[in-house]
Amino acid sequence: MKSLTTLLTGALVAAGLALPAAAQDPVKVGFVFVGPVGDGGWTYEHNQGRLAVEQRFGDQVETIYQESVPEGADAERVLTQMALSGADLIFTTSFGYMDPTINVAAKFPDVKFEHATGYKTSDNVSTYSARFYEGRAIQGHIAGKMTKSNIIGYIGSFPIPEVIRGINSAFIHAQKANPDVEFKVVWANTWFDPAKEADAATALIEQGADVILQHTDSTAPLAAAEKADGVIGFGQASDMAEYKPSPRVSSIIDNWSPYYIDRVQAVIDGTWESQQVWHGIDKGMVQIGEITDAVPADVAAEARDMIDAIANGTYAPFTGPLNKQDGSAWLADGETADDGTLAGMNFYVEGLTGAIPN
Amino acid sequence: MIRLEKRPMPSRLWTVLTPIVAVLGTMVAGGLMFALLGKDPFEAIRTIFYDPLFNDQFAAYSRPQLLVKAGPLILIAIGLSLGFRAGVWNIGAEGQYIIGALCGAGVGLALYPSESFLVLPLMVAVGALGGWAWAMIPAVLKTRFNTNEILVSLLLVYVAEQLLASASLGLLRNPDGGGFPGSRNFQQWEAAANPELISGTGMHWGVVAAFIAVIGAYTMLSKHMLGFQIRLTGSAPRAARFAGVNPVRLVLICLGLSGALAGMAGLFEVTGPAGQISIDFGSGYGFTAIIVAFLGRLHPIGILLAGLLMALTYIGGELSQFMLGVPAAAIQAFQGMLLFFLLAVDVLSNYRVRIGKPGVA
Repeated sequence: MKSLTTLLTGALVAAGLALPAAAQDPVKVGFVFVGPVGDGGWTYEHNQGRLAVEQRFGDQVETIYQESVPEGADAERVLTQMALSGADLIFTTSFGYMDPTINVAAKFPDVKFEHATGYKTSDNVSTYSARFYEGRAIQGHIAGKMTKSNIIGYIGSFPIPEVIRGINSAFIHAQKANPDVEFKVVWANTWFDPAKEADAATALIEQGADVILQHTDSTAPLAAAEKADGVIGFGQASDMAEYKPSPRVSSIIDNWSPYYIDRVQAVIDGTWESQQVWHGIDKGMVQIGEITDAVPADVAAEARDMIDAIANGTYAPFTGPLNKQDGSAWLADGETADDGTLAGMNFYVEGLTGAIPN
Repeated sequence: MIRLEKRPMPSRLWTVLTPIVAVLGTMVAGGLMFALLGKDPFEAIRTIFYDPLFNDQFAAYSRPQLLVKAGPLILIAIGLSLGFRAGVWNIGAEGQYIIGALCGAGVGLALYPSESFLVLPLMVAVGALGGWAWAMIPAVLKTRFNTNEILVSLLLVYVAEQLLASASLGLLRNPDGGGFPGSRNFQQWEAAANPELISGTGMHWGVVAAFIAVIGAYTMLSKHMLGFQIRLTGSAPRAARFAGVNPVRLVLICLGLSGALAGMAGLFEVTGPAGQISIDFGSGYGFTAIIVAFLGRLHPIGILLAGLLMALTYIGGELSQFMLGVPAAAIQAFQGMLLFFLLAVDVLSNYRVRIGKPGVA
């Protein structure tokens, strides 16, 4: 009997000691990045989110990260090693990490995963993305109003739905602002390659484009625009403020910090659940960087009105009447696109020239 | 005064010592670099070289991963080393690796969803054929028109990358993938999968093929006429010609063999660790294999060891990134140092360091 009491007391003491220790044990949060943290664009902003998590939670969290992880066999090993090192929550911040994330998550049911821009979820895998196309609508409007040559260059990364959505949204609003506008799309087949991006921008400028929109992550297209006379562009993923007031006349900023803080808090509280999140300007995940004085005041005012209308839900960028490129009807007058169609968008809208490569 | 004097024969001692001295030199210089970055150099070196093998938390997983990473490097480097020995410079193994994977995967996907056990062997054969054919372009251009195989094979890598992007977006795209790029996943299709053969070892057919290639190359170089011709052409091309070596035939064989092995490596990778054709499938194995071939002294056993060492720096480098926060670029610089020191120390196998005035010849 005595031994049992001793045993129980011992267990209680052990549990009592263990509890505060467990509470102090920091939550380990891992980040897998597709580019270097200094890319000044996509990965830079995700890393800002990581730093915001550190700042908010201090000793309660420990963050680890790995940059320039190729989207293939290597990603699976990196994720496994992170999970083995004791990470509680791992953010995989590029589309190509989708299958590796799902595979590794199946092997580590106690680790939570958050995959950016994908569509596969499981009990311990959430997905999150931002409605960047809302920002593209603003860009399209400014671009349509400001182009003098009526040619707008667009540097696409890969012809996946996210990028096609951006092209469509920008084109619809550029055409509304200026019916004569024409889009020239170049596919760089990379997310981050300053040399290739600069080549693409230069080629577009030589073809007469005086506005360059980009869906790649480096500042190289803005640098190319700066060298040419009277060419403007926009910051992509990050503010790219060093090119203010021109060629960078505005920007789309991906602001992941609130979401990352929110999800880390959920893990600390033990309330984390798998979900699919697609936030836009309303929740602040998509921010529009300062519209500079290079933009005429009336155009800037219109753009700001559009931002407000999207933020309070009175305007959706994909509102009918809209036809597909082949002329077939897509959205009737006043009808708005549903998320399913947007998520898998693989067609151009009417008026765009050229074909989506496949 | 310090000067270098050419040795009449390469020093046997230094030929063996060079890789070891190079690794030690890399550790010292790399340690200095890590220290300048504000990291504990001893901890960083330990994380790169020791932890993947012996760390309690990781080793059980990362040790087999060494084979997964080293397999394609060794397979490609063995093929390259044969050509390098004969003075045939195939720099485009990366392209042959991609084309091999594309051809093999294409034939496989055409048979989807067959359950025949012949699917994977057929894919391997077509993969090898694809790599061979891609290497035949610089080979034929060289033998017919005397073009430079270094340039042609290198530039064909970029062509292969474009074909890869196009195939993953179009021809081979997964019809059930919702419009996203990338082929079907071979790991989920049993007849075409190249799985881990013994659980927890990392051994897949590609690693087996790499070991067979090592043995095959060793036997050929030491026992076979072709091996003799390759060695002779490398060390004394004129003598080789007098000895009846057909240079055209040798170029075709060397480029073809290295292309076929690179193509096979690509096929084993796409059906195994990578799982699918995707835009980023080419991960630089074909270029890293060049370093592996030289680090291994163009000798089959040396290449085996060099491949494992290179894999170690990759996996240890990843660990040091997220455990110590070492930047990815520092790891690449570290790997670059390895080749730099190797080439620098290599001077000692061919030259003698003399201190003092030059003697009378």
